[in-house]
Amino acid sequence: MTEFTLPKNSKVETGKTFAYAEGTTNKKTFQVYRFEPDSGENPRLDSYEINLDNFGPMVLDALIYIKNEIDSTLTFRRSCREGICGSCAMNIGGTNTLACTKAIDEFKHNIAIYPLPHMPVIKDLVPDLTHFYAQYAAIKPWMQTQSAPPPDTERLQSKAEREALDGLYECILCACCSTSCPSYWWNSDRYLGPATLLQAYRWIADSRDEYTGERLDDLEDPFRLYRCHTIMNCTNTCPKGLNPAKAIAEIKKLLVSRTV
Amino acid sequence: MVPVKRPLSPHLQVYKPQLTSILSITHRGTGVLLSLGALLLAYWLVKLAAGEAAFNQLQQYTTTWYGKIFLTGFVFSFYFHLTNGIRHLFWDIGMGLSITNTYKSGYAVIIASIALTLVALILGDII
Repeated sequence: MTEFTLPKNSKVETGKTFAYAEGTTNKKTFQVYRFEPDSGENPRLDSYEINLDNFGPMVLDALIYIKNEIDSTLTFRRSCREGICGSCAMNIGGTNTLACTKAIDEFKHNIAIYPLPHMPVIKDLVPDLTHFYAQYAAIKPWMQTQSAPPPDTERLQSKAEREALDGLYECILCACCSTSCPSYWWNSDRYLGPATLLQAYRWIADSRDEYTGERLDDLEDPFRLYRCHTIMNCTNTCPKGLNPAKAIAEIKKLLVSRTV
Repeated sequence: MVPVKRPLSPHLQVYKPQLTSILSITHRGTGVLLSLGALLLAYWLVKLAAGEAAFNQLQQYTTTWYGKIFLTGFVFSFYFHLTNGIRHLFWDIGMGLSITNTYKSGYAVIIASIALTLVALILGDII
């Protein structure tokens, strides 16, 4: 359901301020969403005033610095620090992106950091992605075939068939796009969302997959697919520069073209 | 252990408004206004069919300030919904879905709908 406000237990309160150390020159304030599940308190927004000379250029560098040097209770996911694992997806400065590939100097003023929007929060910047992954599993993200595999080779593709997967296979499932989508915020119980639909199209577009018809049948649903209203927040926010809206449009086109 | 009731992370409250989402919600809003306006349009036609006196009685409201605000809103809703609807038709055939083209067509929709509204209001002697 469409709810414009946050539930009572989710309202963000003002938190602590960790002031600049004396003599700080290269200043920046990071406002970070904090939620402590054991405290019974509401989430709060803590301010960390820090010296940019102390760490690397990316937002993730700042978070790691805060955790190591200022406040070890800060919790966030991170792994590869080079934009390929998708762990550090969060809302930075109002849009969703990967903390590891977002440069601090893109922001003129303070940087506000929240978990991915409209998700249950486990702790601080760590959202619960269980439902998101279940939706991904629901589209059967693996190759399905009926024909026997060729005896001596893999299932081969032409160069053009392989190129049809460009812009799709690069998706790292960081969930930035899905959690940027207002339609996903309010219908994610039944709407699959841009990330999962892009992945669905990745298997529909694969020349080796032989279950295209069944895949389209599964998507032909007022909610699963058609809650996409081409808002385009997904494509606007994708940290990998992919185009989920385009993939969804291609699925819609295939559904129309098989009925006419 | 008692399971913690997890808070919902902020969404509308923190997500940056941008051309993509603003035009989308405006499309929906103008659609709603058009539906409401259609009721008044029907009422206007009823008055028109009822004869000159009845029609003039309704028509005098179009010169009041609130009548003008309503007409401006309705005409803008019409042209915005029309031009953005055309934008949606292009998207539906898979065209113009890159971010560059989405922003270009978005600004074009804003300029075109405002220009068409002004032309209609001037021709209709509303302003």
